[in-house]
Amino acid sequence: MSGASQRVPLDLHVNGEAHTFQVRMHDSLLDVLRREGYTGAKRVCETADCGACSVLVDGRLIDACSTLALQVHASRVETIEGLAGAMLHPLQETFLRHAAAQCGYCTPGMILSMKALLERKPDASEAEIREVMTLCRCTGYVKPVAATLEYRDARGQKRPERERRE
Amino acid sequence: MTTSRNSGTRSRSVGRSILKLDGESLVRGEPVYTDDLHPDGLAIGRILRSPHAHARIRSIDATEALALPGVLAVLTHADVPRVPHTTAGQSHPEPSPYDAYLLDHKVRHVGDRVALVAAESDDVAAQALQRIRVEYEILPPVFDAREALEPGAPRIHDELESRGIRDASRNLVAVMDFAVGDVETSLAQADVVHESDYEVPAVQHVSLEPHVAISWLDEAERLVVRTSTQVPFHVRRTLARVLALPVTRIRVIKPRIGGGFGGKQEMTIEDACAALTLATRRPVRLEYTREEEFQMSRTRHAMRLHVKLGARHDGHLTAIDMRVVSDTGAYGTHGLTVTGSSGYKTLPLYNADSLRYHCDVAYTNHAVAGACRGYGAPQGFYALESAIDELAYQLQLDPLELRRRNVIGAGDLDRVSVALERQGKGHARSIHSYGLAECMQRGARAIDWERRDAVPRDGELRRGVGLALAMQSSGIAGIDWGAAALELKQDGSWMLRTGATDLGTGADTVLAQIASEILGAPPDRVQVHAADTDAVPYDVGAYASSVTYVSGNAVRRAAEDARMQVLALASDLLATDRTSLECVDEGVRSSTGAWVSLAEVAAHALKLHGRALEGHAAFCIPDSPPPFAAQFAEVEVDTETGKVRVLRFVSAVDCGTALHPLQVEGQIEGAVAMGIGYALTEEMLYDDAGRLRNANLVDYKVVHADDMPSMTTIMVESFEPTGPFGAKSVAEVPTNGPAPAIANAIRHAVGVRLTRLPMTPDRVLRALGRI
Ligand code: FES
Ligand code: FES
Repeated sequence: MSGASQRVPLDLHVNGEAHTFQVRMHDSLLDVLRREGYTGAKRVCETADCGACSVLVDGRLIDACSTLALQVHASRVETIEGLAGAMLHPLQETFLRHAAAQCGYCTPGMILSMKALLERKPDASEAEIREVMTLCRCTGYVKPVAATLEYRDARGQKRPERERRE
Repeated sequence: MTTSRNSGTRSRSVGRSILKLDGESLVRGEPVYTDDLHPDGLAIGRILRSPHAHARIRSIDATEALALPGVLAVLTHADVPRVPHTTAGQSHPEPSPYDAYLLDHKVRHVGDRVALVAAESDDVAAQALQRIRVEYEILPPVFDAREALEPGAPRIHDELESRGIRDASRNLVAVMDFAVGDVETSLAQADVVHESDYEVPAVQHVSLEPHVAISWLDEAERLVVRTSTQVPFHVRRTLARVLALPVTRIRVIKPRIGGGFGGKQEMTIEDACAALTLATRRPVRLEYTREEEFQMSRTRHAMRLHVKLGARHDGHLTAIDMRVVSDTGAYGTHGLTVTGSSGYKTLPLYNADSLRYHCDVAYTNHAVAGACRGYGAPQGFYALESAIDELAYQLQLDPLELRRRNVIGAGDLDRVSVALERQGKGHARSIHSYGLAECMQRGARAIDWERRDAVPRDGELRRGVGLALAMQSSGIAGIDWGAAALELKQDGSWMLRTGATDLGTGADTVLAQIASEILGAPPDRVQVHAADTDAVPYDVGAYASSVTYVSGNAVRRAAEDARMQVLALASDLLATDRTSLECVDEGVRSSTGAWVSLAEVAAHALKLHGRALEGHAAFCIPDSPPPFAAQFAEVEVDTETGKVRVLRFVSAVDCGTALHPLQVEGQIEGAVAMGIGYALTEEMLYDDAGRLRNANLVDYKVVHADDMPSMTTIMVESFEPTGPFGAKSVAEVPTNGPAPAIANAIRHAVGVRLTRLPMTPDRVLRALGRI
């Protein structure tokens, strides 16, 4: 038992801040983030099937529930808490205006998954958006899809042509 | 696409889609849920679950577990008082049997509680569970509700202390029947009789946030429970009974919650969590894993339904007769009322000459069934609306036309409610607000009903269009009540205190809108303090589609009371007649243009009366007006694979006034998604030993974004005279239509009737005779 509970240091940049956390060998990234107060990532299925625990690790979207914390040693992690300053991120803003968060439990993971998709593929189609959209039990996805599309379109218009093509 | 009737400029707050009060904190991912903030010294609670479906506990030995460093307590049935109770969060008089115990010497389903552990960490708690030695005497289980009712079936509740079980020797939890007219005579008068059987499985709510509670003792040694619940006041009352504490020693707080759908209309884990706090005097957290969520929370009742319809050639319905056997699982929570609802929430839809309903509710060794969005109506409407559709084919009538000729109309008496009132089980109601005819008309137009035969119906991929109607209620008449208080703060803003429980629906926002509308204040000047039993007046909680109607009516009255007081004080301050005054924004204005701020009114109240200005009201609903829905599906059936895809779904819903149109649409869209899962993919699957085979989100298939059809939501606004600003309920009624509408669309597409949910590819192929 002492082996399992033994703690080792883990270096992580979370939302731009350097941290060293003491973690157990078997801790998932989600365990660590939630313990350290980044509770925006949610524990829902723990089998990588819902995306409620989504965070960005070195810019890539991952399921924190199914990622060992020690595997991402020295990585940059972006969580929902890092998305907004005093002002909301435009995607948070469209989610808010469309009432796309009902209970809101899926919302952080969903916003991060949509942000990651549109960064990778700014002109993602509605079908592509739906394909990667994380699980929600409240909304029937209508409002989250509408909020994401509005953000995609607004973002597309703002960006210069060459940037959009990259 | 979304359309709604323009509600005009009648108001500044009600009818407008203002930003959800908690919306910003939700999109920011702030720590607003039960498990997001931990008190210091938090211990971790876990539950030892039964591996057997039915067994007696011969002995439990916790010595080894207790010897483990970091284990704080192990509780077994020998350590806690044996208090029969129901976990159902329902109002007095509680209709569910008292057949549950904090811990018992018997286990009745796989996953049933055996022992409770509190430890310093989750690792230690998990190890402690493995070190509890339990000796079981394994008993024969029964998994089929009809078999459970047979003589000689294993008896699941053989204890003497349980109360309120209809006949424990037959595993019969409850029976309910009612009749309107004489069904046998009406059937004899029919030209055509249609009879069919339906079967629906247990499904799970799958709220993304599992059941979770954190309990501790405060400075005054009072028990505080922060919990993800729909019913804080019911939880407090039941905790008091089970733990033998006075109600005044318990405080229940509901923070934001991550979905409920009825699964949290129960005291599911709070008693176990609190017992561990009392034993250890430490803050304890108890949270279900997803697997535990499937095994140990609640399910939608599995049922078998038999429907018999009689009709004349012209389509006039002479009789509806429905008989139901329902599987309530190991405990009887909500068994009677859910299964009763399968009849009394559905049969009033049609003005047949005679109506009859009978249901038997049986214990089995399955996971426990309880309240689930729609509360029995989705089961009932799946059977009824499928049967009506078949009858239309038999009569060679358009299914929409057959319904038009028979549905309940404006001003009609709900004859089922009259029959129930005679039994002392309900309140007679008639239909005041009625938008069903318009729902049918506008929904049919949106799906292009008249041209439905033009969709391709030959070849491998065949399309079909189907519809279903539904109704529900708005709270429980004569039983459900809520109270509210509105206090004028010194800065002239309002504090609304309400026991209403927002489970993510946006209820707090709607209640603030109602208060704001009456007080003339902008919605952001109304602060809502809700669902904390120490701080807010009583409310039944959030279930039975009640918040807008029940709590909303209480808030409306409290706001009116506050407004009258404001006007009296302002007329004093302005030395003007009260009738010339009006509450506007942050003050009161007279017709001559004189003005006094609410802050001054607040100060004047203190000076004059020696107390803050506060409006109060309690409201027990005398009526429960039904919302209505007409829902239409267009499906594509792959006759090679049996796969059904829903291409388009139209919901036309009459919820009275839509107080917050965006949120109303959100309720309808979410309900449809849940209904599509019920129709096509969701089912709790057991092995022969009663172990769940799909207690995870890989194998249990809920609907994802790319499974959804193109959705059209039409709000058909009627005006409910007894509702706040004309509103009635909305959250449940659209859950009812998807399964029958999709079944009817499949029938239209391929000519076969699917009588069992979910309508999976293999069941479709079997119905087609392909396998
Ligand atoms: S909790 Fe990680 S994917 Fe569901
Ligand atoms: S808003 Fe509740 S799960 Fe998505």
